[in-house]
Amino acid sequence: MNKFFVSASPHLRGKGSTQRIMLDVVISLLPAAIASVVFFGWRALMLVGVCVITCVAAEYISRVIMKRDQTIGDLSAVVTGVLLALNLPSSINPLIAALGSVVAIVVVKQMFGGIGMNFVNPALAGRIVLLVSFPAAMTDWVGTRFMENIDGISSATPMAAQAGTYSYFDLFFGNHGGSLGETCALALLLGGIYLVARKVISPTIPVVFVGTAAVMSLILGRNPIVDILSGGMLLGAIFMATDYTTSPMTFWGKVIYAAGCGVMTILIRNFANLPEGVSFAILLFNILTPLIESATTPKPFGYEKKKKEGAK
Amino acid sequence: MEKSKKKFPKRPFFTRGGVKAPHRKNTAGAESVVMPTPSSVTIPMRQHIGESCKPLVEVGDKVYVGTVIGDNDAFVSAPIHSSVSGTVKNILRLNLPTGIGTNALVIESDGTDTPDPSIKPPVVNSKEDFLKAVRASGLVGLGGAGFPAHVKLNVPKDKKIDALLINCAECEPYITADHREVIENSQAVMDGIYRVKELLGIERAIIGVENNKPDAIKILTEIAEDKTADPDDMVKVVPLKASYPQGAEKVLIKALTGRVVPQGKLPADVGCIVMNVASVAFISDYLRTGMPLIKKRITVDGSAVKEPKNVIVPLGTSIKDLMEFAGGYKEEPRKILMGGPMMGLALVDDALPVLKQNNAIIAFNEKEAKLSEATDCIRCGRCVSACPMGLMPPKICGAIKKDDTEEMMKAGIMNCMECGCCAFSCPAKRHIVQTIRTGKAKVRSELMKQKGGN
Repeated sequence: MNKFFVSASPHLRGKGSTQRIMLDVVISLLPAAIASVVFFGWRALMLVGVCVITCVAAEYISRVIMKRDQTIGDLSAVVTGVLLALNLPSSINPLIAALGSVVAIVVVKQMFGGIGMNFVNPALAGRIVLLVSFPAAMTDWVGTRFMENIDGISSATPMAAQAGTYSYFDLFFGNHGGSLGETCALALLLGGIYLVARKVISPTIPVVFVGTAAVMSLILGRNPIVDILSGGMLLGAIFMATDYTTSPMTFWGKVIYAAGCGVMTILIRNFANLPEGVSFAILLFNILTPLIESATTPKPFGYEKKKKEGAK
Repeated sequence: MEKSKKKFPKRPFFTRGGVKAPHRKNTAGAESVVMPTPSSVTIPMRQHIGESCKPLVEVGDKVYVGTVIGDNDAFVSAPIHSSVSGTVKNILRLNLPTGIGTNALVIESDGTDTPDPSIKPPVVNSKEDFLKAVRASGLVGLGGAGFPAHVKLNVPKDKKIDALLINCAECEPYITADHREVIENSQAVMDGIYRVKELLGIERAIIGVENNKPDAIKILTEIAEDKTADPDDMVKVVPLKASYPQGAEKVLIKALTGRVVPQGKLPADVGCIVMNVASVAFISDYLRTGMPLIKKRITVDGSAVKEPKNVIVPLGTSIKDLMEFAGGYKEEPRKILMGGPMMGLALVDDALPVLKQNNAIIAFNEKEAKLSEATDCIRCGRCVSACPMGLMPPKICGAIKKDDTEEMMKAGIMNCMECGCCAFSCPAKRHIVQTIRTGKAKVRSELMKQKGGN
């Protein structure tokens, strides 16, 4: 009598899939990846390749060892690889990049149960582990190919050099030192617009993140435009802070989380001995996400004992 | 003027959540066809929420079209009538699509369709007469729930009803039965709305209809603007955004009146009665002819169906006979749904009969019948944005995983109406509604235990 399939409703499903979402994120990172190749040469492409291949391989091997269903098909490991690569300086040793990928996938993601279970963003955690372990290699910012200094000679990032070294034009188009993916604001914005248009992310987190950071920057007497266009601000706000797993699902949760990230970033930039605050700010609020989410859980429809609700 | 403006929204009020389910209203433009009486019908004694009916006839008895064959003295119940004239052949046990077992009468048609001689239009002079007539007609909520209509309309005296809401949203994909009802039976729709409004003494009526049915909106607007029937201009049409689930009772009330039905309360608690458009049309027909609920307009559609169409079918007709009459299958059907694809029930067997509250039979081919495998939740939050009840499905599912009934209730599990928006929008294809149903069952049995303990 198994003529018909019997299952619980709904019997129709939407078109979206995890794989499609992850593919969209990869597509949205392409402009930044292309920009990194333009500014830092083929070495950038090599690093992206190393990170992606290591991430996917690490995920594959982890799943095999843990005897769990294979998940590399959902492309989330590819996303982690690209993101991590974009967070590295172009001069870095590929072995260090590979180590960061393994940490991101094995320690941060798979050991906690795989996709959806990690409590911090894997790429971000990978970057921080490398930053703490290899501080010199991770801050060896090489200038772009269009700058006066020749390849191989270190060049301060706008964050490290403080404002005034670069024109807004260079900052916006990415002609300055920094990690592979954080230099070209235009490429990052294009990716962000694509993600919003595809409804992969809502603009809430990036807008509130950047907005709060700008306000905070003004309050502390810094230059908000330099603060936004330099360092990992846009890369972090658009691609890292919006990670589903480690950001709140509720609207007000997103607002609180993003505002917290914005404030914390500028506080670190201003008062701490680190020029780069985005990573640590996001990491902190990743950890606070469950708390923020439970504090902002919406009231179910009809929960309030009000008889009528005023017209909107 | 000022007053009526206030009472009728120009645009629907804000409703939360919902999904853009595909419309697939393939049958919207085609005239319904009437199915001739099949050689035999199987009529279950349970076609509504409440007490099952007891058979009033025995094997061998002669019955006519409209003869009462089952009833129950309980208040929450509705009588059941024969849809054919002929002989009762058998009384058997039948498992309904919900899994509940019930008695069913098998009646063999004599092919004459002779109406019961006792059938005559009811005399209705008061609200009491009217409620009695509605009960006698066997009417249950035709939108799908099957709640006996006379119970819904019998509002306690302390509750003042000021709005009759006519549900013509028809937000489920495929289904066009209400849409066709409006077009083919517009006179009865109009008459029904005004009669119910007048007999129950309700001040105003608002017709909610999704804006993907412009021809129905046009007809309904003509009905609402009829100066002779409605001199005070107290009936209005409000086009709704075509977004699933606009037709869910609580969502519709919010959209049309801005009122929120509190948790665990009924529409009457916020001064509303919601009736399906096919139900009011049936009431009008019943008051005119006295013929009880014995046939139903059903949308037959789906990827396995050769000629999708609306069929007016005698209740108790087996789905197999109905599908054969409707033109058969173009592909092997692998899933048959009673109701729409979002909330309908998947059938085990196509020998089951068409029930009162059915409005569609959908047959899917192999490709559409199979659901994708569920993968891990990526916490994207799409289900949270989609939930019209403002719930957080991941939170509920987390509590279910922990088997913690208290946490399930805290997360609002009992507010879930199982509309399926969460599962529809889930990119990981998780079976959220199924999970929540198991959680609800656990909460219910826990509550029963607590009650028993005291």
